[in-house]
Amino acid sequence: MNTLQDETKAQEQPRRLPTWVVGLAFTGLVAFLLLVGLGLRRAQSGPIIVGQKVPGFSVTTFDGETIDTANLTGKVIVVNFWASWCKPCEQEAFELESAYQYYKPGGEVVFLGVDYVDTEPEALAFINKFGLTYANGPDLRTKISQMFRIQGVPETYIIDREGKLAYVKKGPFLSTAEIQSVIDQVLQ
Amino acid sequence: MNSAKKKPLPFPLFALIIGLFLVGVSFFSAQAQSPTPSDNEVNKVAKELYCPVCENISLDVCPTQACAQWRALIREKLAAGWSDEQIKDYFVAQYGDRVLSTPPTRGLNWLVYILPPLIFLGGVYLVYRVLRSMKNKKPAPITPLTTEPGQTDPYLSQLEAELEQHRKHGE
Amino acid sequence: MVSNFGFGALVITLVVSIYGILAAVYGARKNSLAWVESARKAMLLTFPLISLVALSIIFLLVNGDYQVQYVYNVTSSTMPMYLKVTALWGGQAGSLIFWSWLLASFASAVTLRKWQRDREFLPWVIVVSLVTLVFFVGMSIFFENPFVRFWQTAGGSEAVAMFQPTGATPLVPFDGRGLNPLLRHPGMVIHPPMLYLGFVSFVIPFAFAIAALITGRTDDRWIRVTRRWALVAWLFLSLGLVLGSRWAYDVLGWGGYWAWDPVEIAAFMPWLSGTAFLHSVMIQEKRGLFKRWNMILIILTYSLVIFGTFLTRSGVLSSVHAFSQSAIGPLFFGYIGITFAISLALLLQRWNALRSEGEMHSLLSREALFLLNNLLFMGILVVCFWGVLFPLISELFTGQKVTVGPPFYERSTGPLFAGLLLLMGVAPLSAWGHSTVKTLGKAMWKPFLVSLAIPILAYVLGVRYFAALLAFWLCAFVVFITLYEYYRGVAARMRRSEENVFTALWNLASRNRRRYGGYIIHIGVVLMALGVIGIELFQTETQGTIPPGGQMALGDYTVTFDKLDIFDTADGRNVARAVVSVERDGKYLGQLYPRRDYYYDSQQPMTIPGVRSTMEDDLYVLLVDWEPISSTGVTFKIYHNPLVNWLWFGGFVFIFGTLVASWPDKDPETVRVRSAKRKLSPSEAQSAD
Repeated sequence: MNTLQDETKAQEQPRRLPTWVVGLAFTGLVAFLLLVGLGLRRAQSGPIIVGQKVPGFSVTTFDGETIDTANLTGKVIVVNFWASWCKPCEQEAFELESAYQYYKPGGEVVFLGVDYVDTEPEALAFINKFGLTYANGPDLRTKISQMFRIQGVPETYIIDREGKLAYVKKGPFLSTAEIQSVIDQVLQ
Repeated sequence: MNSAKKKPLPFPLFALIIGLFLVGVSFFSAQAQSPTPSDNEVNKVAKELYCPVCENISLDVCPTQACAQWRALIREKLAAGWSDEQIKDYFVAQYGDRVLSTPPTRGLNWLVYILPPLIFLGGVYLVYRVLRSMKNKKPAPITPLTTEPGQTDPYLSQLEAELEQHRKHGE
Repeated sequence: MVSNFGFGALVITLVVSIYGILAAVYGARKNSLAWVESARKAMLLTFPLISLVALSIIFLLVNGDYQVQYVYNVTSSTMPMYLKVTALWGGQAGSLIFWSWLLASFASAVTLRKWQRDREFLPWVIVVSLVTLVFFVGMSIFFENPFVRFWQTAGGSEAVAMFQPTGATPLVPFDGRGLNPLLRHPGMVIHPPMLYLGFVSFVIPFAFAIAALITGRTDDRWIRVTRRWALVAWLFLSLGLVLGSRWAYDVLGWGGYWAWDPVEIAAFMPWLSGTAFLHSVMIQEKRGLFKRWNMILIILTYSLVIFGTFLTRSGVLSSVHAFSQSAIGPLFFGYIGITFAISLALLLQRWNALRSEGEMHSLLSREALFLLNNLLFMGILVVCFWGVLFPLISELFTGQKVTVGPPFYERSTGPLFAGLLLLMGVAPLSAWGHSTVKTLGKAMWKPFLVSLAIPILAYVLGVRYFAALLAFWLCAFVVFITLYEYYRGVAARMRRSEENVFTALWNLASRNRRRYGGYIIHIGVVLMALGVIGIELFQTETQGTIPPGGQMALGDYTVTFDKLDIFDTADGRNVARAVVSVERDGKYLGQLYPRRDYYYDSQQPMTIPGVRSTMEDDLYVLLVDWEPISSTGVTFKIYHNPLVNWLWFGGFVFIFGTLVASWPDKDPETVRVRSAKRKLSPSEAQSAD
């Protein structure tokens, strides 16, 4: 817009534009590009990639228990995003539960269900229907899903003993064996 | 209760108290629980909310199942006597600021409301400067359009002048 | 076979385009006509080449060659022929080719014109067009190749590749996935091409502007040459936006036509800057003012076209319209950075050469009012731009996603749009160069008084809403002033030359088609504004569940649920179709058929409203839900949308006006133009005859 003003003052102006004007124009352009570039980078890959450390987060389960991942170092954490309205989540719910039962005695693997954009009564009905016994809690203010930048449900993230992201699964697991083979790899 | 402990109540009195209590409870709960909220009441709240599953479509028209569940939840809360504001606050607490149709006015979000008016005011100022600087200059002599000989209709002469100018300059 | 052929043609296009750029730059530098001529031939060659590419894709689509990934993704054997052909722009890869094809055809058309007077522009126009083309073709070849195929590797796994991997065998799926059902609508068949046409044709004025900056020929020649292109671009963009709104109204089932979705706004932003440009160039032509501003506007428009395409296709924004996430983001981003930077550098370099020739003299002169018009358009643009960008910023700095929804845009742009309406009324009455309150008032008071009758009438009829009364007055004001302008012109001609009304009207309009076409556009805009006012301020809605025979009421209307049929169709849909009868004040008006289509293969529902449409109002009935087994209760949502039909009707008037303004003259090149050197002083401009 500053052109309009300069139009009328053109006669009094020096031959070349002052350096600061040029500098300002390009600074504006660079700032804009930087912003869009960062946005693009964020859209293209989430802040957490496999091998990167996962920032700590906490889930308050439907039972009222608070689980903080900061206290779980040394254990493998399986974070499963799901929702009661999601059909594929129903497919894998049983498999996840049986995998949980399989690792439960060892105590080395923690299962954490994060309920994405869901209502509590429906979520509880879902948990009852599939008999889920591992920790499940709502994703309050969609903070956890935003941190992982999930694209949909179900998605599963496995965090290794050092707290680094070890594995990402988008879409449902097809069998308990598939889940176990993935977890076993991380455990080793 | 204390008296009940000391000596047992006669059964008819006990039954009467229980009966009155039950009637009272059902009466009061009926008072607190307004009749099932209508779809229109639900939609009124839903219209101002956005569910993350269908982005940019307001909750009242989103066809996904997740949104149907949200609407059911609104109905439940309305039935429990919550106000529209309370329901919205609940949704924000549960699912974050993105469920609101416009960003809440705090922190960085102020920018969204402040910046466009500021830029616009800047534009107004620039236009003002342009208009002022031109007023300071001595107006160039302007040939009155109405004095052209042979033209009696001032509007027509102006129109003709403009049309003529257009023809000359135009392609 | 055909895929290899198409891909080959694509690669040759890229090579030819790169050669054309080099030849044009070399020719311009060495001042060699032969090299420029060679570049021009290269430019012309790109059109048949890219046509072959597009035809190959269409051949594959029509023949259902599902080994090709693109064909597999966007078609299926049950789709009708016209959808198979138009699936060319149904997905990312194909629409990029379509974009390139349009660009090649427009750029070729412009290089075919007579260039005697604009020799120095030619090489640079070719360079700008071809650079844009190289970018899009390059994107097709390296990231979004429409010809990649499925293969079964020797190891037994599936692979997607352009050429047969060693030891692999072709893998041909039995059927394709089919086009997104939301896109299987006649409106959707023409809406994207219209938008692309609009986008692409803005490349031409931009190319001329850049050529003017590079060559230093900074008079208004570039504007005169491309004026019609800009109008045509604007026409297509407007058509695209109107068709898109109509599609949303008919198919998306929100009861509305415009949701302020980021992707809609991405198409709306170049329209805004383009509209400002169309007005502002008139000031430069008539008065020699605002040369820099016009350069900025055309660069801005091109940038917004590219930026908008980037936003839609890179996955930066999430939206119902957005193409699926893809790898073209970084490349696109690089292109944006380079073109913006080069344009800015060129503009700043020529800054002082782009000095105004004339001066402004009056606050009420037409150029001053056009300046205000530009201010308002820019204001709306800033609101849109910021609203689209803010969620990105918020997410970057706070990690929190936010929604910037319709209330934000409606509240902040509403007053600006009202201001534009007012200007639309006043500006045609003010003269170039000089106007005073007296002259303006003299021209305005009659239509002003008449226009007051409309809000008074509305008040008497029961409208008590202040914003609505104001809006109705504004619309009436513009219409009466515009009609009065026509009347004065016609009456003056009739007085002088004793023509009858129709000849006078015809002669008047044909003397300055841009001016009178522009007035028709203004009337179209007012009619569209009526529709917008109707739906924004007077829309009512209700929702309820009723058994067969049950009734719902909304205003004067009563809707009776007659029956619900649920059936499967041959093309893979499950259709639930309700029949409802509509009555108004007890009078039977007819039946409506709101329905819900469920597409089995894509698992997507689609809500199609039953609409009863009159010029007075629309009754818009949606089938929301039903009990599948007992069919005892069906939930309907009913909207009453007053005046909304005026929006579409106004759209027709608007497009007619644009056609009047932009229809080619018989032979534009024979008309004498003023010399490039001539300075136009205000007194000359006024007294020219």
